[in-house]
Amino acid sequence: MHLQVIELYVFVLAGFVGLFTITRVPALLHTPLMSATNAISAISLVGSLVMAGADHGAVPTILGTIAVASATVNAVGGFIITDRMLKMFRRGPPGGAPR
Amino acid sequence: MSARDVLLEVAYLAASVLFILGLRSLTVPARARRGMQLAALGMLVAIVGTLLHHEIVRYEWILAGLAVGAVAGYPLGVYVPMTAMPQRIAISHMFGAVAATLVGVAEFWRLGQGARVGRVEMTALGFEVLFGALTVTGSFMAFGKLQELLPSRPVTFRGQNVVSLAVFATAAALFASLVLRPENPAAFYGMVALALVFGVALVLPIGGADMPVVISLLNSYAGLASAATGFAIGNDVLIIAGALDGASGFVLSVVMSRAMNRSFTNVLFGAFGAAPATAARSAAELSVRAITPQDAAIQLAWARLVIVVPGYGMAVAQAQHQVRELAALIERNGGTVLYAIHPVAGRMPGHMNVLLAEADVPYDRLKEMEEVNDEFEHADVALVIGANDVVNPAARTDRSSPIYGMPILDVDRARQVIVLKRSMSPGFAGIENELFYRENTAMLFGDAKQSLAKVIQEIKQG
Repeated sequence: MHLQVIELYVFVLAGFVGLFTITRVPALLHTPLMSATNAISAISLVGSLVMAGADHGAVPTILGTIAVASATVNAVGGFIITDRMLKMFRRGPPGGAPR
Repeated sequence: MSARDVLLEVAYLAASVLFILGLRSLTVPARARRGMQLAALGMLVAIVGTLLHHEIVRYEWILAGLAVGAVAGYPLGVYVPMTAMPQRIAISHMFGAVAATLVGVAEFWRLGQGARVGRVEMTALGFEVLFGALTVTGSFMAFGKLQELLPSRPVTFRGQNVVSLAVFATAAALFASLVLRPENPAAFYGMVALALVFGVALVLPIGGADMPVVISLLNSYAGLASAATGFAIGNDVLIIAGALDGASGFVLSVVMSRAMNRSFTNVLFGAFGAAPATAARSAAELSVRAITPQDAAIQLAWARLVIVVPGYGMAVAQAQHQVRELAALIERNGGTVLYAIHPVAGRMPGHMNVLLAEADVPYDRLKEMEEVNDEFEHADVALVIGANDVVNPAARTDRSSPIYGMPILDVDRARQVIVLKRSMSPGFAGIENELFYRENTAMLFGDAKQSLAKVIQEIKQG
């Protein structure tokens, strides 16, 4: 089987995992969800790191370095802000309305 | 496969698993934080693993990029206030898309300007830079509107749809020609430029109230660009993370468009920026009942059930802390306070929940629309703070209204409705709201934060 066909399988199956998981995320956490997926998508670093560090000439190195910086902004800022938000969500005292 | 390559693949697999577990943890608020910390660990594992990649020969540029990104990203994580979350998320979609687009362009460059790019790889690269580039400018426009650097009203001109469509069609045609013959740098860079233009054309005509849909859509596009990067460079963890991101944005777009009663086709083609129709009926001859903070305090102090309906106005006035303080007073007198959150209240999905959680409102008091709508008839007071279209009864009754059919919060069923509003100017969609003219509605005019502070003071003194 072609490599790209396997990749297509991975994409489609991961997409289904995403659909099934995310439809169960309550509206309460939709903002953290968006910042979380945003942080996770900073995984594009795996591509930009190689581009910035490999020996492909000046242009790919420069573009790769800018890409590394951009993706790192999301990796660092994204996870921090997601954590900051999730930290704020807390349950009320048990037993409904407090006196 | 060398030992190093095996290690790398193991790191990527671990990262993929941790990402999925992290997103899954968001289905249970109590476990969400720990789950996302695991996802962050996954990211770290993947990054460290990548540094072992055999193609990497020097590290100075990598370290420079990482350092700049970390220095810029840290304040964006730590200091951005919760009220600025929509524009914060919009700009981070841009950063993600910049990374994907530049990797795509660099890949094309490195492979002899397309000379050594196969057709399948060209397809992946094309999707990568198309989705990437339009997300870069689209997100930047969304950021500009949310930050109010640009007018948040729809910016339109005659023949706009035709121009946008022509730009998109030309980019698509260039893409097709590239798949047939990849070695054509002019076509490739032309396509990137057109996609950048298309991103602007896509978002500029969209009004601020529609931003929840736009941000979700851009989230999805950024994810698809990442996934396409994964195809282009043959990296599975990138494909998986991109698919998760794309699916998430897709789900949120659907949820948001349903909450605004817009078809999904309407969302996909971005045609949701039509200029608002003029008010179906003029309410000029009707009168509203304005009340003072004292009156409001009397009604709220001893109410048994108060349902707070927050909207974008609460975020603008930064009134969430006063809301919480008022609720504490009502609760001390034995009343119950619930919060009714419309899915599209605010400028992004879940915006109101984050603001109220920041003000220390426990999340079991934040109720979704379906859950809370039957409670309004038991409520003594529905307190509407800076919300307008999401409580407009015209959505239920007036067939000629632009928001007809949109699910709304049934505040008019409460015994008494108090609306906090700056002035009588119509809401964002430019639609008159008959709720304000009803017998059981009272208007408390002024800045929401100051009005609430006065009400709180009255209750404390009374």
